[in-house]
This record gives sequence, structure tokens and C-alpha cells, in this order.
Amino acid sequence: MKLLDWLRFRIATLFQGSEVNAEIEEELRSHIQHCADDLESSGLGRAEAERRARIEFGGREKYKEECHEALGGNFIETAIQDVRFSLRGLRKSPGFAMAAVSTLALAIGANAVVFSIMNAFLLRPLNVPQAQSLYGLWRSNDGMAESYPDYLDLRDRNRSFEGLVAYNITLAGLDTGENTSRDWVEETSGNYFDALGLQPYLGQFFHASDEHGPNSAPYIVLTYTFWHTHFQDDRGVVGRVVQVNKHPFTIVGVAPPEFHGTLLFFNPDFFSPLVNHEQLGANDLNARGDRWVFMVMGHLKPGVTPAQAIADLDSIGADLERNYPKDDGKMTFTLARPSLYGDYLGRPVREFLTALTALAGLILLAACANLGSLFAARAADRSREVALRLALGSSRNRILRGLSTEAVLISLVGGAVGLLGSVVLLQGLSSWNPFPRWPIHLSVTPDANVYGVALLLALASGFLFGAVPVRQVLLTNPYQIVKAGSNGRVGRRITARDVLLVVQIAICAVLVTSSMVAVRGLARSLRDNFGFDVQNTMLAETDLSMGGYSGDRIPAMQKRMVDAVETIPGVESVGLADTIPLGDSAPDSLVFADSTSDLRPSNSAADALIFNISPEYFHAARTALLSGRTFTLHDDKNSPRVAVVNPNFARKLFGSVPKALGSYYKMRDGTRLQVVGVAEDGKYTGLTEDPQSVMFVPILQAPSSSTYLVVHSNRDPQQLGPAIRSTLRQLDAGLPVFVETRYKELDAMLFGPRMATLALGVMGVMGAMLAITGIFGMAAYSVSKRLRELGIRVALGGQRKEVLQAALGRAFQLLAFGSAAGLFLGILATPVLAFIVDQATPRDPLVLAGVVLAMALLGLLATWIPARRALSVDPMILLREE
Amino acid sequence: MTDQAQLLPGTLDLLILRAVSLGPLHGYGILLRIGQISDHALLIEQGALYPGLFRLVRQGLLKANWGTSDNNRRAKFYELTAPGRKRLREETDNWNRLATAIASALSQQPEEV
Repeated sequence: MKLLDWLRFRIATLFQGSEVNAEIEEELRSHIQHCADDLESSGLGRAEAERRARIEFGGREKYKEECHEALGGNFIETAIQDVRFSLRGLRKSPGFAMAAVSTLALAIGANAVVFSIMNAFLLRPLNVPQAQSLYGLWRSNDGMAESYPDYLDLRDRNRSFEGLVAYNITLAGLDTGENTSRDWVEETSGNYFDALGLQPYLGQFFHASDEHGPNSAPYIVLTYTFWHTHFQDDRGVVGRVVQVNKHPFTIVGVAPPEFHGTLLFFNPDFFSPLVNHEQLGANDLNARGDRWVFMVMGHLKPGVTPAQAIADLDSIGADLERNYPKDDGKMTFTLARPSLYGDYLGRPVREFLTALTALAGLILLAACANLGSLFAARAADRSREVALRLALGSSRNRILRGLSTEAVLISLVGGAVGLLGSVVLLQGLSSWNPFPRWPIHLSVTPDANVYGVALLLALASGFLFGAVPVRQVLLTNPYQIVKAGSNGRVGRRITARDVLLVVQIAICAVLVTSSMVAVRGLARSLRDNFGFDVQNTMLAETDLSMGGYSGDRIPAMQKRMVDAVETIPGVESVGLADTIPLGDSAPDSLVFADSTSDLRPSNSAADALIFNISPEYFHAARTALLSGRTFTLHDDKNSPRVAVVNPNFARKLFGSVPKALGSYYKMRDGTRLQVVGVAEDGKYTGLTEDPQSVMFVPILQAPSSSTYLVVHSNRDPQQLGPAIRSTLRQLDAGLPVFVETRYKELDAMLFGPRMATLALGVMGVMGAMLAITGIFGMAAYSVSKRLRELGIRVALGGQRKEVLQAALGRAFQLLAFGSAAGLFLGILATPVLAFIVDQATPRDPLVLAGVVLAMALLGLLATWIPARRALSVDPMILLREE
Repeated sequence: MTDQAQLLPGTLDLLILRAVSLGPLHGYGILLRIGQISDHALLIEQGALYPGLFRLVRQGLLKANWGTSDNNRRAKFYELTAPGRKRLREETDNWNRLATAIASALSQQPEEV
């Protein structure tokens, strides 16, 4: 039969269901009457005749059902009947229903969340047309940054890309006439929007044809979100002139709502052309050695393979290398996905999500195992009912169908609850902005994929655990069970269910162990020596170019700012720096031994981070000077160039710290610097970094508009923050300043370890909840199976302790075994964890004690109810009833 | 009644068709007719008749109409349709071939093989 006909037939019989039923009923009644008539005429009384006729007819309900089946029409009807029956059954045992639904909701919810994140970050392409052919240029071993002249050469000389675009990320002060805000800008090449194939939501984009040399294209395009929040969806905004870093720019358009730039987590506020870079920062459009452009990318031409494109790029690179040996080192390329900065973000995200998916999968598996044992326990409790139904002529098929209806019902409800919870969670995640300083957003919105996967998982797990009691039903011998009661035999020594439970407890213990190790490691790494003081320090951050300062006005303004903040009551010292350790990435540069005359990259002695600081910086940041002197105000433009280095730098260039003092080294441009002091080692770019070479130079000798004030004070940051802000506003109201504590500034550094700790913690809690339901199911099962035995023990004068041991000994054995295995595995897994969380070590009495305590608590919690039931056994009632 | 033979699977449908081929009958009547034409040698549980009847109606081999029986009771009467008549012929031929083959196989003596 064709599907449509089949459906129509099913639905028709569904609606005619009661009619058909009545007709069958009438026909069978007529048959019995005829039969009774015959019997009556052979001399029986009417009542006796009818009784005999009914007996001769046989199992009437059974035949009625078979008639239905012969008609082929009762599929949906029985399904509805089954659903109703299951609902009634579940309402009678709310504890079971709750346990089953919440277990499944937890597992489905966890999987839906993980899959949504996976879907949003890895599976779904960028929101640009033909995202598949969009590739970024990755310099072998050296990231995606390029210098602007190199970008222009690559763009104009390659034959493999439709059009290479470039963008850079920077901060700018946007003055709309009312106030100045500090916003994130994506500076893009003129061809950016056209090459990506985007259409404006409002107005227009800027184009390659708008570029006519430096500062020739003073246009900006707003992102939809920024337009919404800062311009209140004002459609008249197109054509308006605003001030960006005190330079007039015209708003030409608004980008489409779904476009948030091409870097996945990073949502900029507006776009401006790269050719106007000088107005937003420094004038380095012509510096070929200065790789400040964040990323270069483009669509491959149709028919060009990545390998061909790489060969093409490499030949251009070799040419540039030949022509500009001073600026361009080795230039070989690979292609990378731009959305997660190639493998730089892509790999950790992928690995993290893969690990998360595996864990979520394990949780689902554990949940299914639990549900399986819950269902088995329920089937055992109902074995008498099943036996009775079988004895009364119900088919095994029908009983199995009833059981699987129950399983599917629970899996659907559990899946729905889990999905609902995950949607709420994901909404929270999407609107979360983990670092107030950065426009980082994790936009995860569940789509049809997610719903489909959740439904599939729910149904699959429903069938999986629904299948557990099947064997039990098929093997049921009604005669035996009705006769003997439901005590059953005590099963084999070790069942598959026991193994599952041990595995589950072990997984839970692994999760608990690793989350505790992570928490402890995180706490310890915060007490670490960073090489500066985290407590009692505030930071005020700005870029003077946002206020339109340049040239000599910059050091003058910086001096006024430092002086003003020093007068705030409670402020002890104020240091100035262009960038700070564990802040945004500090610039680095190759340095050379003084004896080196050929300053090509391969001859360098080290790659050092550079911090430009004021004389008071070391004191304000509490960075200890190991030997030599700090800078003075005399170390300015007119005096010889000097530097303070860290011991790592000293050892790399001079062999030892004492040899460094007073010695010289060279920068790339040949400038000689004399080392006048050595400051302690610290953390500079990350908490788990390898030791880094660092040089500090006087900010007066290397002026920078980027400005950090490091304010040391014992005053409460809540009061000090506003005081600093208002003091600086008095100096220049048009200069946006960002003030926060030194501790808050570490947020970005701690994000990874914190997320890992949080994820492990959440997974640990989930694992714990599942272990609880698992142990609960097992303990409840064993208590209900052995209730009669327990009753006899109590009747014979068994002590509470003995009864408990008989009832729950097994559960506790399994718990102890699983916990020990899990603890051991967790300790083995710690080295993996140490990559993410600094100082993660399991050799910590607190962690070990914590895990043991947590697992014991779990056991207690899970066996509480079954233990109560075992202890409250009343032998009189029990022996009478069974 | 203890020496009645169990029905072979699938033969009930054939018996029903045969019973009805002699004229429209209601369910109980079919049962009586089968008993009559088989000399009461077959054991049929009464209720088992009905799933078979419904199946044949659904296959279009029988058609059913409500009417009044000799006992003056409402009853559903079954009669053969044209496809039903054709099927009865085919099934009867099949059965005869089968029965002859089985009977001949069982009656062979060892020396004749």
C-alpha cells in the first residue's frame, strides 16, 4: 500500500474506531445468542445456555483484538491506549518517573548544549556567502599578521585568489557630539565588503575605488548591533559626520544584522578603511618590517586548489624575501580558516569541544545505563502484574509494546525538558560578555540541527533502555511467578549491570577528581609570583590618539595624567607604561648581540618582549629590581639609549646576570642599548608560558600614545576607581579611559583555565547526579528483590547493621571499587589538565580527601531511601502479604 | 469429540470460503455449515472464526451485510464475491494437488521405491 493510502486508512479507522468496535461487539454478541438459542432448544435453561455459549466461544477479548488486527486498523488506537495506560502507570510511581525523566533531561540537556556550541563554532560556516572557499594566509610558524606593503604585494601579484582582503583590530575613540566612547574598530582594506560578497543593511559600504593614498577615505560602516545600541536604530544616521580619534569620518552605512566580522568570537563596533590607519594610531602604512595587519584572507578562485595557491604565494614570498632582506624573513605560507584564527584558536577550541563531546557522550551512556537499571527494577517490581496479564491471555507482544511506549514517553518528556533547559542556558551564554574590556561574544543559537540531534538522541536512548526489560518479559513464566511470588533468584555473581555501575562511578570519580585538581590549581596559580603585585593595584588605560594627541603633546599629557592621579588621596605611587605584562599582547622584537653586524633575522640572539615604562613603574607595579638601577627622568630622547632586562634576557644575550650589567646589545635597526638594570622574572603573556626574554625601555626614549597608569594604593577600588576616572576627565573630558583593578585585567588570561574548571565542575556535578541515580536504582532494586529475606532476618532478630549490610553491602562495594578506580584514573589524567590549568597537581592531600569525602557523600545520599526502606521492613506485614 | 483433528494453518480460510459458497451465511451459521460438511471431524474454536472473516472481507474475497436470521435475530451475513469465488477454485485445486501428493507419498511401500 502506498504511504498516503496507508495513512488515510489508519486515520479513517482511527475516527471510525468506536463504530468498528461497536460493530464487532454486536456481531460477537449475535453469535453467542445464536449459539445459546441452539443450546436452549436442546433443553438447557436460558441463563445456563448463555453461559455455556460464552465458554464455547473462547477468549472473547483476545478475539476482538485479533479482529481489530485483521482489519489492520488499530495501530494508532492501540498506541493511544498504550500511552494512556503508561501515563496512568507512571502517575502511580512518581518517584520512578521523576528519577527517569530528570536523568534523561540531564543527559540530553548536556548533549544539546555541547552540540549547539560545536554547531555554532565548528560546524556552521561564517556568515558570508561561499564561506567554504574563504582562506586566510598563515605564515609558516609565524601567525597570520602581515605588514601593509607586503599585503599590497600579495594582493596585487597573486593569481589564485578572487581578491585578497586585509583587516586589523584596534581601539578608537568615537565622538558623536554628545560623548566619546571607546570602541573596537575593524580597519579593513577597501575591497573588504565587496570581496566577501556582503550587501549593506542600510546606506552603502566603502569600496576599493575610495582608496587614494593615506587618509583618503574617512568613512565608517557601523555593525548592526552597534547601530542598534548607540544610535537607537536611527535610519538618518547615514551621511552623519562623527569624530574618530578627533578626525572627521562620515558614516556611510550599516552592515547586515548577521555579520559580526570574520573572527568568530570578536564582534567589532564599526569598520573603517585601512588607508586611514594613521588617524587611528601610528603611521606605519609604509613600514615593510612591521607586521601589524591582523589578517589577510580571500576566496580561492574556482578551480584553484589550496596547494596551487600556496605555491603561488610562496613564489611571491621568495621574491619579497630577495628584494627586502632586512624586513622580510622567511616567507612561506599555508592556508588557514579565518574564523578561529587558523589553528591558533581553532585547535584549542576543537580539542576542548571534542573532549566536551566525549564527556557528554559518556554522560548519555551512563544515563542510559541508569535508566536501564531503573527500568529493570521496575519490570521486576511489576513481574507479578506482567505474569497475571500473560495468564489472562494478553500477548507478550502487547506487553512489550506497553513497556516500550513507557520508555519512549519518558525519553520524549526527558528530551523536551533537557532541550528546554539547554535553550535557556544557551541564551544566557549568548548574551554573556566574559570580559568587559573586549567585545567577545559567544553567539550560540540552537538551530534545526540541534533540535534534530536532541530528538534523535532522546529516541535512541529511549529504545536502548527500553530494551533492557525485554528479556525479562520474554522469559517470564506466568505459572512460576504467580505461584512463587516475586522474590526471584539472586542472580549471577557479577552482572553486566554491576560492571556498568562501576564504570559510571569511576567516570564520576574521574570528573570529580579532575575538577578538584583544576580548582586547586587555579587557586594556587593566583597566589603565584607574577613579577608584579596583583593586589592593591588599579589600572587606568587609554590611548592618547583617541583624544587627538600626537607628537610632543603625548609625553606632556602623560606627565600631567600621572601628576594628577598622584594627588588623589590614598594613592601611593603611579607608574606609566605603554602596555603591561599579562595585558594585551606586548610588542616583541628580535635583538642582536653587540658584536653582530649582519642584522638579518637568522642572526638574532633572542626575541624579546618590549615594555616602555616610566621611572616609577617598577615601584608602582612592585616589580623587584635585582641589580643595577631603574630609569630616571634624565633618560630621555637626548641621552644614550638604556634598558632594564630580565634575567632570562641577560642569560640569553650575555651568559649571566652579572655580565649583563653595563653591556650593550643591538635592535633590528642597529640602535645600541646599554643594560643599566636587571628586574625579576615574571609572567608576561600567559600563566602557563615558557620563560620569556623581556626588555624594559624608558618611555621618554620610545614615546607611545598607548597609556597605562599603574596605580598602587591601599584604598578600596570601589572608591578609587571613580576618583581616578573623574580626575582624568577633568584633564580631558573627550578622552575615553577604562579603569579596572589589576586583578580584573587578568580575566582574559584566566578565561581558558576558568572555563576548563567550570566545564569540569559542571560535568562533575552531572556525573555525580548520574552516579546517585545509578546507585539508587541498584540499591532500590536489590532491596525490593530481597525484601522477603530481609523480613525474615528481622523476624529472626537481625540487627540493623546486619540488615543494612545484607541490603546495601553490594552497592557500597561497587561504590568503593568504582571510586578507587576513578581516583586513580583522575590522577593519571592530571598531566593533560596541566596544559590548561597552571599548577595542576593531584599530589595534594586536600584533593584526595575531597574526592573521598565527595564519593562517600554520594553513596550516603543515593542509598538513603533504600536503606530507610530496608530498615522499616515489618516482617509481619511482609510475610502475610507475600 | 476427542478424536477431532486440529486444523492446519491457513485451512480455516479455505473452509470459510467453501461454506459460504453454498449461500450467504452468518458467523454462527458458517460454523454449523463447516461442522456439517466435514462431518464434525474438525476442531474449531468458535471465536477463532471471526478474525478470519474480517481478514477475508478486507481482502475483498467476502462481502458482508447486516440482516435478520431464522431465529429472528440481527446478524451479519457473508457471501462470496467474484474474486472470492475465483480464489476458492484456485485454493481447492491447490489443496487437491497437495493432498494427492502427500497421500501418494505416504502410501508408498518400501519395496516400490
